[in-house]
Amino acid sequence: MKWKTIEKRNFSALVEELAKENEVIGPLKEKNTVTSVRITSENEVCLDFWNTKKPPKEVFFPQTETLFTYRTSKNDAEIIESPAIRKKMVLVGVRPCDSRSLVLLDKFLSSGEHKDVYYLEKRKNATIVGLACNHPLSTCFCTSLGGSPSGKEGMDLLLQDINDKYLIQTVTEKGEKLLEKISWLKDAKKADIEKGKKLSSDAEAAVRSKVSLSDVSEKLDKMFDDPFWDQICQKCLGCGVCTFLCPTCCCFDVLEEGEERVRIWDSCQFLCFALQGSGHNPRPSGKERMRQRIMHKFNYFVKNYGKSFCVGCGRCVQECPVNLDIRDVVKTISARKVE
Amino acid sequence: MENFEDSIREVAEKLLRDKKVDLIIGYEQGTLPLRTTPCFVEKLEDVKKLVWNASCDANLSKYVVGKKEKVGVVAKGCDARLIAVCAVENQIPRENVVVIGVPCQGVIDRKKIEAKLEGKEVLEAVVKDEQIKVEGEGFEVVLPKKDFLCDSCHTCRHRNPPIYDVLIGEKLPQSTDKNEFAEVSSLESKSTEERWEHFKEELSTCIRCYACRNVCPLCYCKMCFVDQSMPTWFGKTNDLSDTMIYHIVRAFHVAGRCVDCGACTRACPMAINLRELVKKTEKIMKERYNYEAGLGLEEVPPLGEFKMEDSQEFIK
Repeated sequence: MKWKTIEKRNFSALVEELAKENEVIGPLKEKNTVTSVRITSENEVCLDFWNTKKPPKEVFFPQTETLFTYRTSKNDAEIIESPAIRKKMVLVGVRPCDSRSLVLLDKFLSSGEHKDVYYLEKRKNATIVGLACNHPLSTCFCTSLGGSPSGKEGMDLLLQDINDKYLIQTVTEKGEKLLEKISWLKDAKKADIEKGKKLSSDAEAAVRSKVSLSDVSEKLDKMFDDPFWDQICQKCLGCGVCTFLCPTCCCFDVLEEGEERVRIWDSCQFLCFALQGSGHNPRPSGKERMRQRIMHKFNYFVKNYGKSFCVGCGRCVQECPVNLDIRDVVKTISARKVE
Repeated sequence: MENFEDSIREVAEKLLRDKKVDLIIGYEQGTLPLRTTPCFVEKLEDVKKLVWNASCDANLSKYVVGKKEKVGVVAKGCDARLIAVCAVENQIPRENVVVIGVPCQGVIDRKKIEAKLEGKEVLEAVVKDEQIKVEGEGFEVVLPKKDFLCDSCHTCRHRNPPIYDVLIGEKLPQSTDKNEFAEVSSLESKSTEERWEHFKEELSTCIRCYACRNVCPLCYCKMCFVDQSMPTWFGKTNDLSDTMIYHIVRAFHVAGRCVDCGACTRACPMAINLRELVKKTEKIMKERYNYEAGLGLEEVPPLGEFKMEDSQEFIK
């Protein structure tokens, strides 16, 4: 592990350096929201933000993606594969919760017989430069999910704001190699590292929102037919805010757009998500749809991969139009007496 | 306001006790500062959960559509107007609903407060009289409420519910001097190309989450045009042309019905000013038909009516 520092005012020079061989994607402030976009010489990456409105999943799993194009003639059909992405990417300013979400997505989309080559192709070309959280929000609950405001999971490098400069920590060999090319970075002083450690432990303590998940998966095993779902779904509008802004939700629909086979984000909260060609809908009401979302995150995924499919980023908590707070849902499950 | 809260609880309790309704739909304290959340009360002991404050922003009429049981619902001016629209459109049996009307002085737009604080998180907020006191780590600010209301509340001219069964408190004087179409007029002064560019830019960040549609009490179609898949009617991608056709068709669909409650704009996670597009249709309805939606139960909406003496030939 290596420790370096960079003066804040030199950060754009670092980005410029990285942009020589990579496509750099980083947070940018636009109209009161921060979105991750391609950083060019025209714009400047912003590292003073809570978190990006949308999670980084969209870099690897865009909302609309052409899988392949085809041409048909009377007796024949030809498939034209989309060109493979060879360009290397560097994602700058990824928060620890979001970086962790990529690790979960990697597991989910690469296991089993059918691998998501579209996601994985982009993913393997990416280097993740994380940014530790010094000031977690009241809606952050990463520590309850096994994360941390200075967590390194999924990162190649970790940045930390230590007032006038960023402390850079190498996490993987890939990250180390990226830094090797930038000769002018200074080695971190002992005091810088100490300062970083202090900020990390302060931040860890500042995550006050706690959710106990210890018995949730087990309880959910016995709650499939629980009347609880009737109550909890009452106020849900069935929109896609929670799932679309979720860093781990990755369900999609496949469409024909002219001669293109396209996939788009889909949401288990939508009426038509489970609608079958016959007209039958196995999840006809909000109750079944809400149950699916909670079960997938806190039961099915736990069984299949040993972890919850939530990183506690709090986006759904902040943005739900009716303040249906997933932390409350989990707490209610946890407090429920089941036979 | 506190009196309002007590009165709402009293009314709710009485309605439940007398078995006039099976369910009360109101607001309860949310999990975040400046937020409330819809509250469904069936049991007498839960009546105390009900609150009333300047963060009661959800349009609860959404939850009345399709309810089989008898419902009592807390309704601000705009909410009550939507109950009226839905009743006229045969979506809410009027006799099934007890409208607990609340004269409304506007609801707070928490995103405006967020923008004002430039990156400082609100951890606590108290609204008293005409002021909002917000606190966070190392700061405390007092903000005048009138500057942080939702845009739709700023120009609202129907603060009192036009239909109600029980009224909480007393009616507020109607404000008549407000030009609610100022924004539309400024858009109208631009060229077609400029307007197109404006809407393109505004809608470019849409993520097709349909919060605007799903929060809208008027979007009660069993199958929305955009969800039609056998065959597909409209594109579902977030390509700008697909996104725009969705918003344009939705605007047409709520034309002459929308009461500008602002719920769509509040629900949008991407902070798109969705009201703007529909506000123009509202202005047209006012100018051509002298019609405002949801002011009564008798008037048939102009776009839902046919007259033999219609001046346009094509319709006959």
